[in-house]
Amino acid sequence: MNRAIEERGYAIADALVSTEWVARHLSDPGVRVIESNEDPLLYPSGHIPGAVEVDWTRDLNDPLTRDYIDSEEFASLMSRIGVTPDTTVVFYGDRNNWWAAYAFWVFSLFGHENARIMDGGRIKWVNEGRELTTEVPVYPATTYVANPRDDVSNRAFRDEVLMHSKMRNVLIDVRSPEEFSGERLHMPDFPNEGALRGGHIPGAVNVPWAKAVNPEDGTFKSYDELMELYGQYGPDEDVIVYCRIGERSSHTWFVMKYLLGFPNVRNYDGSWTEWGNGVGLPIEK
Amino acid sequence: MDRVGQRRWFADREVIPTAVAEIVDAIKNMEDRQERIEALIALANRFREVPPEIATRPFPDTNRVPACESQAYVFAFPSDLGLEFHFAVENPQGVSAKAMAALLQKASCAPLDQILSIPEDLVYDLFGRELSMGKSAGLMEMIRMVKALAKASNRVD
Repeated sequence: MNRAIEERGYAIADALVSTEWVARHLSDPGVRVIESNEDPLLYPSGHIPGAVEVDWTRDLNDPLTRDYIDSEEFASLMSRIGVTPDTTVVFYGDRNNWWAAYAFWVFSLFGHENARIMDGGRIKWVNEGRELTTEVPVYPATTYVANPRDDVSNRAFRDEVLMHSKMRNVLIDVRSPEEFSGERLHMPDFPNEGALRGGHIPGAVNVPWAKAVNPEDGTFKSYDELMELYGQYGPDEDVIVYCRIGERSSHTWFVMKYLLGFPNVRNYDGSWTEWGNGVGLPIEK
Repeated sequence: MDRVGQRRWFADREVIPTAVAEIVDAIKNMEDRQERIEALIALANRFREVPPEIATRPFPDTNRVPACESQAYVFAFPSDLGLEFHFAVENPQGVSAKAMAALLQKASCAPLDQILSIPEDLVYDLFGRELSMGKSAGLMEMIRMVKALAKASNRVD
């Protein structure tokens, strides 16, 4: 972390580290820097020295069940990238840390709480002219005993969301306004695919994820600025966030849970690709 | 190659520009993922931005690829040899888009029917099936835009 992050007043400021902090800890054996991107060519074309790659499709998902890896697979992943339960993992990536936040969220399902996100992500590191390398590090394998995956604390499923919607609890749709209204079934300019119906889950409010980020450098907005976005909800309220597949909403989940300190925030990773196609699930336009 | 020794593109699809087919064939036949990624990065490194005599910043929105998060632009320029394709990729993190641009530059001056035969799902032959929807959509739109510009140019002629 650094003073600039501290001064932004976050509830859990330790959840963020600066590019300067990462640069100072490149040789720290207690820190593992992890790059998670949407573009599969980015990491191999150059990454922070010593950083390992965790790929959201190959490493975190089980495509046969549309679910995440289990605790055994998570332990294997952590062993492969040389992480112990005491290692501080620092995520960064492209797209304003979308995928970094997604990986952070998946790690949270296994209780690896010693995790941070590098503020500003990959583009900030690059724009600051910091070193990149194509050398892929190899770390000694560790023995990592993973917790069973906790699908309760930070994750929400379809039936829970349905009940949540009926109870009119706080439900935040972080997609674009056009997706939320049903005008589009996809992100702006993206082809129509992913869901049969356009609209949103009944009772949801629309707070696009990108509002949490300073567009000029990709860093997170300050606590006060974020409270302008989310402050109308009580910090102890039960909140569920969703998007299309749960990646953009991981970003919002991180913001609400860590930067604002709301304890009861869950991510609905089934999101609109499940809800928009779901038989018997109501929608609003 | 298919069972009778024909290049698969030629066997079950229309003929696509030879220079494009050669690159796609070479990359999609790489079984080792790392080898394929290195080939794609090498392809991206061969990308050359649209020369200033054809287009300069700010590039017009009409040339912007609609779904491309890497802010790619496509330009079609009629030369003595045929229709040349040029590209710009404004997002410095757009490595995949640069690779796709370098590939599609190889379609320059190819016959119209071959350009129109370039399949959008060639994206998966190059990058594999693990691409996100956003990434694959953007890369496919680059192909669609090349085909649309080729078609429009032919209409004018």
